[in-house]
Amino acid sequence: MTAENTAAAMAPAKHGATGPLPLRAWWVLRRYPVIPVVILFILVFSAIFGPFVAPYPTNSGELNDKLLPPLSNGQAGDFHLLGTDHVGRDVFSRLMGGARITLSIAAIALSVGISVGTTLGVVSGFFGGMVDEVITRMVDIWYALPFLLIALIMTFIFGKSLAVMLTVLALIAWAGFVRIIRAQVLVLREMDYVDAARIAGATNVRILWKHIVPGIINTAVVIASISVGGLILAEATLSFVGAGIQPPTPAWGVMVNDGRSYLQTAWWLVGMPGVAIFMVVISLNFLGDWLRDRLDPTLRQID
Amino acid sequence: MRRMMTSIVSVLGATIVVFTLVHLGPDPRTLFVPDSGYGMSRQQWEDLGDKLGFNKPLPIQYLTWLGRIVRGDLGVSLAQTRGVSEIIGGKIGATIQLAIGGWIFAVILGVTMGVTAAVKRGTVWDYAARGLAIIGIGLPAFVSGLFLILLFAVKLQWLPAGTRPPDFDIRYYILPSVALGWPAAAGLMRLVRTSMLDVLDSEYIKLARAKGVNARTVIWKHALRNSMIAPLTSMLILFANWLNGALVIEVIFGWPGIGFTALFTSVNQNDFPVLLGTVFVFILIFLTFSFLADIIYMIVDPRVRLGETAN
Repeated sequence: MTAENTAAAMAPAKHGATGPLPLRAWWVLRRYPVIPVVILFILVFSAIFGPFVAPYPTNSGELNDKLLPPLSNGQAGDFHLLGTDHVGRDVFSRLMGGARITLSIAAIALSVGISVGTTLGVVSGFFGGMVDEVITRMVDIWYALPFLLIALIMTFIFGKSLAVMLTVLALIAWAGFVRIIRAQVLVLREMDYVDAARIAGATNVRILWKHIVPGIINTAVVIASISVGGLILAEATLSFVGAGIQPPTPAWGVMVNDGRSYLQTAWWLVGMPGVAIFMVVISLNFLGDWLRDRLDPTLRQID
Repeated sequence: MRRMMTSIVSVLGATIVVFTLVHLGPDPRTLFVPDSGYGMSRQQWEDLGDKLGFNKPLPIQYLTWLGRIVRGDLGVSLAQTRGVSEIIGGKIGATIQLAIGGWIFAVILGVTMGVTAAVKRGTVWDYAARGLAIIGIGLPAFVSGLFLILLFAVKLQWLPAGTRPPDFDIRYYILPSVALGWPAAAGLMRLVRTSMLDVLDSEYIKLARAKGVNARTVIWKHALRNSMIAPLTSMLILFANWLNGALVIEVIFGWPGIGFTALFTSVNQNDFPVLLGTVFVFILIFLTFSFLADIIYMIVDPRVRLGETAN
């Protein structure tokens, strides 16, 4: 999808903004990530307002209305858009509840990942030498660890808690930043304007802040947008194997795991949260690709 | 040589991390006896600790463990009186078979889709291939695995839903391999497509076409060979990274591999020798493959010299 996007982005604007409405709409859809943004907007909206606008409570259900298929009515005449689960909880309301968990966990893990990863990457690339060697080795080691097993070990040692899972996810996030940011800084460091600043007597701190950091912000944003999808997948996987969020909290991974036993009779228990994860991850991917083409086309290689 | 050194450093570092983590956990002696030490005198408690080596400082324990590893001994399971090597050895076959199955699927699907998408760029084929890739990237393995079971095992009843019989039976391998291989195929397809597009645009392809070489030969022989350099590396690394994914697939399909074992026996039973052994094997496999990938990369593309491109 990247080549087309770039081609579209590079084409002069006059071709698209004219013509009959369907054509114009198609042009906008191809050129801007409209659908992903709409999906992500719904996600953010449910995360913030979910508890207030969801039609039913997330953690209590009507046992008489258990395992209702999507688009059906309960005994009291209540409508369930996506059906109900094995204890009669409304799947749609639980999905909305899960949005908050997914989003907040991804956001926290990502912010820790960005700050630690970018700092280490900048330090490593800028100062070089022994510091660089140690940091690069740390990243290598981290890449060699099987993250799911580490997550299992950690939950088993420190108990199943939110903090543990956030730590694991932040640990997944940071290493990717270090490598790419470091490579970027290695390039920036050799730029003439950095030399000029140095000759003018600027301190390391000033060079870092004024000349290096502004140059890597785009890259950091792009890596962040590309890695959120992965983090959400990782969160769902951890919750699925029981090392993450614990039931009855409606994380999407937990919902899939709960629904597993009912696969034969009630496909929507696995299907709905599965599709929710899929749409969010894909939207983030498209948005990430678009941002990358816009902000930092040289990063093309890393997908 | 430098590459070897960094691999070894990585193994050491990774095992130290895991070893320390595991030993921060609850005392494994509680596995045999309840917390109160019921039915066991203080002296027996300490003796057991001595026997298992818990009373020594952590670095010493690590070195002891490492020393045994070098001699090929992964220790003895605490929960079952069997060697860790024996437990892992009994299970790793299933995991490797699963990984190979998934790998074959990923490579076949990824390469054909990538080439087709690049050659027939902008057509229905291209969009279909990219659609499949998108599903592979966005759908977590545990969801796609369950969907596959639902469709092919529950609804259509074509294939079994899981487990692995002692005798080889290809039908049991299809669904797990597809579930494991799909995300990888998606990544591979994107890589192949990008590099194929680059190559198809180059001068020598135009020359070959101009000379009148038939289209199929141009694509599968001239172009594919050169565009496989980058994907080849990732194909090998893929294998290594999969052990994570394999764990989830093993759980869904009830596949008796090491991931499954690690999850259910070691973690729930606080059996740290087994856990440590499993992690060690995983790390070793990962590093072997990434090392191999580097070497092969160098052979395939002589322009790459490792010394200059270390990192």
